Amino acid sequence: MFVVLSVVKVAVVLVVFLTAVAYTVLLERKLVGRIQNRWGPTRVGPFGLLQPLVDGLKLFLKEDIIPSGVYRPLYLLAPLIALTCSLLSIAVIPFGTTLRWHGMRLFAISDLNIGLLILLCVTSIGVYGIALSGWSSNNKYSLLGSLRASAQMISYELALGLSLVGVVLRTQSLSLTDIVKVQAVHGIASWNIFGGGQIFAFLIYLMAAYAETNRAPFDLPEAETELTGGYHTEYSSMKFAMFFMAEYGNMITVGCVATLLFLGGWTSPFGDLIPPPQNLLVHVLAPLFWFVAKVFFFLFLYIWVRGTLPRFRYDQLMSFGWKFLLPAAMLNIVGTSLALALL
Amino acid sequence: MNTPVPADWYLLLSAALFTLGVIGFLIKRSLITVFMSIELMLNAVNLSFVTFAHEWHAVKGQIFVFFVMMVAAAEAAVGLAIIISIFRVRGTLTVDQIDRMKL
Amino acid sequence: MHLVLFLIFALFALAGAANLLLQKHPINSALSLIVVMSSLAVLYLLLGAEFLAMAQVIVYAGAIMVLFTFVVMLLNEGREEKTWGSRAARTVGFPAVVVLLATLAAAILRAGRHYGMVSLSDGITTTQDLSKVLFRDLLLPFELTSVLILIAILGAVALARKDDGNA
Repeated sequence: MFVVLSVVKVAVVLVVFLTAVAYTVLLERKLVGRIQNRWGPTRVGPFGLLQPLVDGLKLFLKEDIIPSGVYRPLYLLAPLIALTCSLLSIAVIPFGTTLRWHGMRLFAISDLNIGLLILLCVTSIGVYGIALSGWSSNNKYSLLGSLRASAQMISYELALGLSLVGVVLRTQSLSLTDIVKVQAVHGIASWNIFGGGQIFAFLIYLMAAYAETNRAPFDLPEAETELTGGYHTEYSSMKFAMFFMAEYGNMITVGCVATLLFLGGWTSPFGDLIPPPQNLLVHVLAPLFWFVAKVFFFLFLYIWVRGTLPRFRYDQLMSFGWKFLLPAAMLNIVGTSLALALL
Repeated sequence: MNTPVPADWYLLLSAALFTLGVIGFLIKRSLITVFMSIELMLNAVNLSFVTFAHEWHAVKGQIFVFFVMMVAAAEAAVGLAIIISIFRVRGTLTVDQIDRMKL
Repeated sequence: MHLVLFLIFALFALAGAANLLLQKHPINSALSLIVVMSSLAVLYLLLGAEFLAMAQVIVYAGAIMVLFTFVVMLLNEGREEKTWGSRAARTVGFPAVVVLLATLAAAILRAGRHYGMVSLSDGITTTQDLSKVLFRDLLLPFELTSVLILIAILGAVALARKDDGNA
């Protein structure tokens, strides 16, 4: 029973996640199009809704070129590492009510008491995909891109990890379910971002996460104006698609984590103002709705930022990470622990 | 289903990994791989720390591993900086060619 | 289940360590070492040390080894060559190492009678347990390591910076 249910959960989550990745790409193209006063893709299907399918088909059918100068084993391994890490982190994310059936959570693949640490683990392993792809491509632009990416990701990982400490201090647990439970009581007033006083941690997390996923305005590793494609210059066809999927998968994961840690996860913003629904269907669907809505908000924010802000210069990026984000995250820890000790 | 494993298997694994680390330290010629062998030895020792912590239900054994990790991080930062400056001066990382104090 | 997991990841660890020795290119050695460290993390989980398992991956595989690969990539040092030193190390080193392993194994096996069994149903050390000991009994060593790390950072910066005369 355990095995069957686990396999079903993994399959369902994987399908939903990959579809979400495909449609995030469409969302990005549509939104950036609107921001730049054009339509975005409209030709395939109603409102261009079938565009992701066609894109996927195109990438699948393209010729798979492996340049002769590459270091083959690592060149082939790198996109796999990137995609695997991107998919792995969704496994520890709970996304719905704590409803149990035969003693197993229905709306989480695995609910661990070190869930938050596992997320950090997977993030820290994700560097290898990018670092190795650039090095094994044997191309100076790829190498520069991946050196930039590794340095950037190591630097921002510190601020990212430290910004989460405030939340953990408040919850006194590393389990993502516990973190949500603490925020469930009074709706929006007990969310970590407002009631928990973690608004600075939230902003630090958001900025560090943008850098960690190599998204604008921190997308220096793939800055096309200076590095052609960055670390994936030499990749084509499905291997390129893997990097692409990894990037968008990471965006969704960051959205999920931010939702769970700061915006109260699947709980509704009204808390106990509205009595809990008696209908089982509503009881199951409402949390899913709130979760998806919050994650969607973060995806929207990602794309909005990309359409609005120019790219940093590399030295600005480094000094911002080390001289502003890291001290700010440390101050947040000191402030939170003082507040928790005194109040 | 839940077959237990004797604790000494873990210790034997740790000993084997440590020995492989020693071998690597002796036969590898690239400075950076020699350094990696040292890390392998540290890891092997950590495994026996954790095994003993489990064996005697002593949390302090795990704390030891925690300290070893922190010291290893500091050691890696300084060691790699030394390796970079050696490479900058000598242009090679082969240990047999960097065996004298003066250039 | 425990036995199967132990065998799989012990095998991974040993294979990774052996591959570290056999590979000629430093980057392959670094990747083998990452495999060893990750399998050790799973073994820590089997031993009930969940926080350490995660710290192992975050600190060792995610930070220290990234530094290693970073340096390998930066220096772009190619395959290592065989020299007289490696032959000497082989002839003298191997017997010594065999003796070392035999001694360790003998010591462990002799004491092994007293050791118990490890199984999946054993309790886990929670992060709370760990932090209570760390921040109550061992606070001073903990603070001292932070000083150590600060010194290491300063040392690394001082060593690796380019000497441009006005430093």
